[in-house]
Amino acid sequence: MDGKIKLQVRDLSKIYEDNGREVVALKDVNLEVKESEFVMIVGPSGCGKTSLINIIGGLDTASSGEVLLDGKAVNRPGADRGMVFQGYSLFPWLSVQKNVEFGLKMKKVPAAERAEHARKYIRLVGLEGFEDALPRQLSGGMKQRVAIARTLANEPEVLLMDEPFGALDAQTRVVMQELLADISRRTGTTILFITHDIDEAVLLGERIYVMSRRPGTVRDAITVDIPGERDHNSLVLPEFLETKKKIMDMLWQESQDAALDK
Amino acid sequence: MKKNIAKDNGKLLSGICFALIIGFWCVATYGGLVSDLFLPSPTEVARKIVDMAKDGSLWANCWESTARVLVGWIWSVIVALPVGMLMANSRKFCAFIQPIIEFARYLPVVALVPLTLLYLGIDETQKYTIIFLGTFFQLVLMVCDTVSGVDQNMINAAKTLGSSKWQIYKEVIFPAALPGLMDDFRLTIGWAWTYLVVAEMVAASNGLGYMILKSQRYLATDTIFAGLILIGLIGLITDWIFRILTRIVAPWQERLGDKK
Repeated sequence: MDGKIKLQVRDLSKIYEDNGREVVALKDVNLEVKESEFVMIVGPSGCGKTSLINIIGGLDTASSGEVLLDGKAVNRPGADRGMVFQGYSLFPWLSVQKNVEFGLKMKKVPAAERAEHARKYIRLVGLEGFEDALPRQLSGGMKQRVAIARTLANEPEVLLMDEPFGALDAQTRVVMQELLADISRRTGTTILFITHDIDEAVLLGERIYVMSRRPGTVRDAITVDIPGERDHNSLVLPEFLETKKKIMDMLWQESQDAALDK
Repeated sequence: MKKNIAKDNGKLLSGICFALIIGFWCVATYGGLVSDLFLPSPTEVARKIVDMAKDGSLWANCWESTARVLVGWIWSVIVALPVGMLMANSRKFCAFIQPIIEFARYLPVVALVPLTLLYLGIDETQKYTIIFLGTFFQLVLMVCDTVSGVDQNMINAAKTLGSSKWQIYKEVIFPAALPGLMDDFRLTIGWAWTYLVVAEMVAASNGLGYMILKSQRYLATDTIFAGLILIGLIGLITDWIFRILTRIVAPWQERLGDKK
């Protein structure tokens, strides 16, 4: 993979104040995502990964450093960086169809074109037949499919995902992971995905950034080399287990340090 | 099926409650336990209402009062909605305006009546003003609270889908807050009736509040009770209209009672 760099985070730090005490949430984070690449960030809870993705998405501001999209600095939210959150964040008063159309409506795309375009993405996530359903009538996995379709319909430059499958049960999670791997293959969307689940990171990622906690920073970058298409069968391949072991060792070291307070 | 049974039970229970109260009323009056002067019998009150309906004063008074409540309350909604929404979304604006609203909220409206009479005289504007003052300051804070409760996740999602500030208000915050706002409106229109009676007891020549006050002078307790029952009935109808409206404007909403 030596495509051009799509997203770049340079020397990013985030310091916030908590009861007059300075807390360093992120320190000198550097990472990059190439065009059409599927990149994972894995780290223990409290390592600031959600802060990081919120800053990239423009929902939070960095204390120093910058986020570059196609070489241009970005610091406010925009349709070029679509986000999928752990909470489903669907609009409960809109049907599946209207939810998926939402971003296009914001861009003032004509209604007919909007509907056609949205249907394409509803098909992509396998929800044809549910166009008129309301979010409350859907299961968690289906809601997250809608959220993914809604973000993709906007055709963002980068898809940012913040533990999107964290609230799903184990079986549904694997189904969703396969779906996402498939979407990534078919659409070539550039994806930056955050998780604390090592299996998920290894299963989906072409490259994985491992973060350490307090202050949150990138500890290592790993290239995942698993042959064939990624699906549930990948979970038992020796290459998968090897990579998983490598990350587990890193994170174990991390938690040792944390337990002993360095 | 379960849901239907629960619903019917609910109606039955409400019916029993009303029946009990009317039962006590009958026993107390027909049984001669209470003097007519203090508590007229249901027949007397019913006859009074029928008389008023015949001579037209019933409709005139009900209409006068309802119109006053509506005008005063609608003004309060028109002003409170944008102010409350702005308060919820701008820390600066909130810091600017909240102290004065909290202060005004504790001023008893009754104590402001002399001033409104002095400034505005005894015409309709004075009555609207009393109702406005009675509901506005509460409603602003309720709107602010309801709007602040809108799920930040939804707002963030809208932002990353490319919504402008105005679009976030119009397409996300307003619809998300709508069911809560309808509840706020329903509660404040109830309070508006309280302030209406205050306004009509001071300087009016018609309306249900005026009717009640005038009856006290002539010890016409039956008219007082007729007035009270009418206000109660209008209140019930208003509430019912609001519930239906809420279901129409926010059919997507999940209520605790809707769960299977």
